[in-house]
Order: sequence, then structure tokens, then C-alpha cells
Amino acid sequence: MDILIGITTKDSVLIATSKSVARGVSVIKTNDDKTRELTDHSLLAFSGESGDTTNFAEYIQANIRLYGTRNGFEMSNKAIASFTRNELASALRSRKPYQVNILIGGYDVKKKKATLNWIDYLAANVELPYAAHGYAQYYVLSLLDRHHDPNMTQEQGLELLKDCIKELRLRMPIDFKGVQVKVVDEAGVRKLPEDF
Amino acid sequence: MAGGAADCQFWETWLNTQCRLHELRNKERISVAAASKILANLTYSYKGAGLSMGTMICGYTKREGPAIFYVDSDGERLQGDLFCVGSGQTFAYGVLDKNYKWELTVEEALDLGKRSILAATHRDAYSGGSVNLYHVTEQGWVYHGNYDVGTELWDAKDREQSFNHIVTSIPS
Repeated sequence: MDILIGITTKDSVLIATSKSVARGVSVIKTNDDKTRELTDHSLLAFSGESGDTTNFAEYIQANIRLYGTRNGFEMSNKAIASFTRNELASALRSRKPYQVNILIGGYDVKKKKATLNWIDYLAANVELPYAAHGYAQYYVLSLLDRHHDPNMTQEQGLELLKDCIKELRLRMPIDFKGVQVKVVDEAGVRKLPEDF
Repeated sequence: MAGGAADCQFWETWLNTQCRLHELRNKERISVAAASKILANLTYSYKGAGLSMGTMICGYTKREGPAIFYVDSDGERLQGDLFCVGSGQTFAYGVLDKNYKWELTVEEALDLGKRSILAATHRDAYSGGSVNLYHVTEQGWVYHGNYDVGTELWDAKDREQSFNHIVTSIPS
């Protein structure tokens, strides 16, 4: 299963997503981007049923962008998370639910606060200081429970993230082809050039 | 195309229609990204209904350069520069990954593609018959012939001293 990890620091959110895409017995892509930018200061990371994932993410992205252009201001990160949760919840009791797990990293420029929302395909939405989806949870949550500090700097956050990836490389039975890391902070969303 | 013959045959001719309509409406050839997204949106709309397709939409446009999109019946759509699709994909990947490099000449690429399919037809019970080769350029596609794997296999075995599990004479 795909890896999604999110870590908030004092002034940013770090989102790491695995780069591999596997269909059946073959890895068919090794540089996949499992994220979509919702606003200048909000990033959606997703995993789950193939087809559902990108389709749902782009649907959410389009709606959040539409809200921004219609109203002349962007939706708050809390509202974005609630909206996304609501879409998953509506789909859940429909004939064809979206089987998509989500992390939303956001930075509020006015409040100067970074937020991370963990949302699963059953439409549970929780705001957390750090979170993960899939099997990665079993390895990294204990590590994050022990070492995460809400006042840590972005550099310290990246070091902690590196420790998480190191553990996954050691213990995960499948090769996830490394992770792509994106940072959400005051300056916006950017992809880190270095490969993890 | 790979998977259900009827699904692939029907929806890819349908895709061709959509691309032609785009050309007539916009006085411009459709991009590879857009063409593949038309098919991906279609397969996604039929998700769960039992379609079985694994496809590659390949093209060359001024804007995109050379492009390949993998589109399947899950509704998945991925861009990349190397894909193998179908039940024999693993065998084709085996040969392709070992010998592929970006700097391949056209002739080398055609040979490698043909050899990869040959490998798949040989080992995969559900692949076989013949190999078709196409070269897609900005000017359009060029057909490079149909090759019967029945003769291709012996040619390859002879040329490369490969397929050594096939014994053609009784050892004394």
C-alpha cells in the first residue's frame, strides 16, 4: 500500500508520499506524485483505490479553486478538511463510494499556524500534529509519538521525517521507491529537491 | 491495447472519433494528455461495471514532445516514458528494462520493442501471434511491419544464441 506521512512543525507542514505505483505484480511508475495543491497554502495527499484517488483529488481541487475565484478569498484549511470529509461521507452510502485516504496539510498565513488533517475513506476527520496512512502507520506512529515536538523547526522536522523513512526502508516488505517530500509554510507549497 | 478485445476495440475506435471531432472543432490536433484523459474519464465512469482494458496512448506534439500515457479500466491514468501492459507485461519488462536507455536510436528501439514482445509471446500463455511495430513522430506514425513470432523466435535464437532451453537436436 502507498505511504502518506504528515508532520507539522512550528511553522510548516511536511508531507511525504511514496513514489511507486504498482498494478498487479508490476511496479509501473517510480516517480509518482500523490499530491494536489488545493490553494497556495494547502496540499492534499491521497492514497487508495486506483482511479478513485486522482479523480477524487482533482474533484476536490477543482471545487476548492472554484470557491477561491468565486469569493475572492481562499477557503480556510478547516473548511477545506470539512468539505473533503463531507464529500467522502456523502459518497460512502452511495452505490459507489470513493475508497480514498487523505492527508491535508495547510498553513494559515494570518494565524501563522500550520495544520494537518487526517481523513480516511470512512470519512473520519481529525486534526493532528502528525499522521500517517496505510501500513506506514504501524512503523512510524510510535516513532513520531516518541520524538515529535510541536515547537520543532522545519529542519528538525525533516530530520524526524528522514528517521521515519529510514525505518520504513528497513522494515517494509515492499520497495516503495522512496518518497517525495513537499513543504507547506508561509511561502506556500514547494517540493523538496532532494530524494528521500 | 490489452485485456478484453471487444472493450479495447470499441472504446479505442470511439476515442479515435472523439479525437477527430476535437480536430474538426478546434482546427488543431488533440494533445496526448487530453486524448488520454478522454479515455480515462470514460473508463472511470464505467468503473465497477466490468470493463477490462490496459492501454497506452502514445503521441508526439510540439507542446508535449514525445509522450506516453498509461490508461486502464480502473480509471488510472499515468504519464511515463516506459510502460508494458497486459498479461505478458512482466516478461516484456524483463527484456526492456535491461536494455533500455533514453539515447536509443529509432532502429535500436524498434528492435528492442520487438524483442520484448517476442519474450512475452514466448513465455506468456495468453500472448502470441505476431508483433506490430509503430514509430510515432511529430509528423505522425510510421508503420514498421508485422512480424510472425513463429519465425522471429528462431531468428532470435540463431542470432543471439539465446532461448537455450529450446533444444533442437538430441544430445548424444
